[in-house]
Amino acid sequence: MTLRAEAHAPATEPSSHVRRFGRADRWVHRTTAALMGICVATAACLYIPEFAELVGRRQLVVRIHELAGVALPVPVLFGLFSRGFRVNLGFLNRFGPHDRVWLRGALMRDKRRSARPADKFNAGQKIYANWIAGASLVMLGTGLMMWFTHLTPIMWRTSATFVHDWLALTIGIVLGGHIGMALGDPEARAGLRTGKVSREWAKREHPLWKP
Amino acid sequence: MNPEPTESSDPPEEEKEAQGRPIGRRVLLGTLGLGALGVVSAPVLQRGMDGFLGAVSGKDPTGLTGLLPNGGGFRYYSVTASVPNRNAQNYRLTVDGLVDKPATYTLADLRAMPQTRLVKDVQCVTGWRVPGTPFEGVRLSRLLDAAGVRAKAGAVRFTCFDGAYTESLTLDQARRSDILVALRMQDKPLGHDHGGPVRLYVAPMYFYKSAKWLSGITVTEHVKPGYWEDRGYDVDAWVGKSNGRDDDPTS
Repeated sequence: MTLRAEAHAPATEPSSHVRRFGRADRWVHRTTAALMGICVATAACLYIPEFAELVGRRQLVVRIHELAGVALPVPVLFGLFSRGFRVNLGFLNRFGPHDRVWLRGALMRDKRRSARPADKFNAGQKIYANWIAGASLVMLGTGLMMWFTHLTPIMWRTSATFVHDWLALTIGIVLGGHIGMALGDPEARAGLRTGKVSREWAKREHPLWKP
Repeated sequence: MNPEPTESSDPPEEEKEAQGRPIGRRVLLGTLGLGALGVVSAPVLQRGMDGFLGAVSGKDPTGLTGLLPNGGGFRYYSVTASVPNRNAQNYRLTVDGLVDKPATYTLADLRAMPQTRLVKDVQCVTGWRVPGTPFEGVRLSRLLDAAGVRAKAGAVRFTCFDGAYTESLTLDQARRSDILVALRMQDKPLGHDHGGPVRLYVAPMYFYKSAKWLSGITVTEHVKPGYWEDRGYDVDAWVGKSNGRDDDPTS
C-alpha cells in the first residue's frame, strides 16, 4: 500500500489564492463569448460595406449568423445544471445597499476603494450581466422574426429589423467596454481562465466577498 | 396621507435585505420590455430617425453616419463570394429568347444609343432610402423593340455576370419608360461596387429588382421569380405596395 501525497496535504486551498469560478462558469463564459464573437463578426460582414465587399457570400454569412445567434443562450441553459453557476446567478441578481454606493462612486468617477464596495460581483458587473442577457434575448426574438417571416405579420419584419440594427450597435459598444475592462485587469481574466484569483486581488476588488 | 409601511411590520423584509433585492432580474426584464416596446413603436421611431440621419449625413464630412443603421447612402450587397470585373473591352450584354433578332451589345454600342436620365429616390426593401439619385442609360423598351419581341412573349428575365443573381419583370412592366439599362449613376460611370459597368434600374420598385452586373436579357413566356424572390420577397415589388411596407412611391 502506498500513501498518496495528497492525503497528507491540508484540505484547504493554498491561502494565497481563492476559488472564484468553477468549471461550469468558465465553460459557459468561453462558449458564450465564442458564439457572441461569431455573431459580431458575421454582423460586421453583413452591415459594414468594406467588410461586405471583402466577403460577399451573403446567403452563407446570414446562415452562420442565424445559427450562432440561436445557439447563444444554450451555454447558459446548460450551465443551469451546475449548482455553482446557479449560485453565481443569484449573486448577479441580488443588489444590496453597498451596490448603490458603488454605482454612485462609478458615476462620480470616485476611484477610492471606500467608494467602491463590492460583493463577489460589483454593481457594474451585475448590471452588465443582466442587461446583456436581456439584450441578447431581444436580438434573438427580433432575429427570429426576420428569419421566419411567416410567423408574424410581414410588416413586423421592418420593425424587428429596426430594433435589431440599433440594438446591435448598442451591444457592440457595450461589449467593447466589457472587453476593454477585461484587458485592463489581467487578474480578472486569469480568474476566468483558471478559476482562481489571488487573495489580495479579491480583497482589493471585492472587499465584501467571502469566498 | 397614507403612512409609509414600516419595516418592522414586514418581518421577511429583514431577511430579504440581507440577501439584497432582485434588481438584476428587473434589469433583464426591463431590457426585454424595452425591446418589445421598440418593435411596436418602430414605424414612428424609424421615420424620425431616417429623417434626422438623412438630413445629417448630407453634411457629415467624416462619413461616420454612413455606418449607423439606415444612416443614408447605399449598402453593398452581393450574393456571391466574388464578382468578376468587366470593362469596356470584355463587357457584353446579350438579348435573346422569344425575339426575332437576338443581339449582343458592347459597352460602346450601349453608349452610342440615346440616353435617358432619371432622378428619383432609391428605396431598399430592408429600409434604407437614398434621395434624388440620378441614373442614366438606355431605356429597356428600346432594346426590346430593337430585338423584335414575339407575340407569345409575356415576361423578361435578367441574368448577371456574378453568376448567381437573376431578376424578372412582366413584359408590360419592362416596357415602362422609367426602366433603364443604366450605364451611369450619380452622374458618374457605374463603378463595380454599384453593379457596373451596366446594371438594371427599375425606378418604381424596391432596389433588389435593379439587378447589378447585368449581362443577359431573355424574353420568356412567363415570369420566373428571381434570386431574392425565391427567398421570400415579392415578384411585383412596387415601392410602398409590396413586401408589407408602406414607403412613399419612388416613381
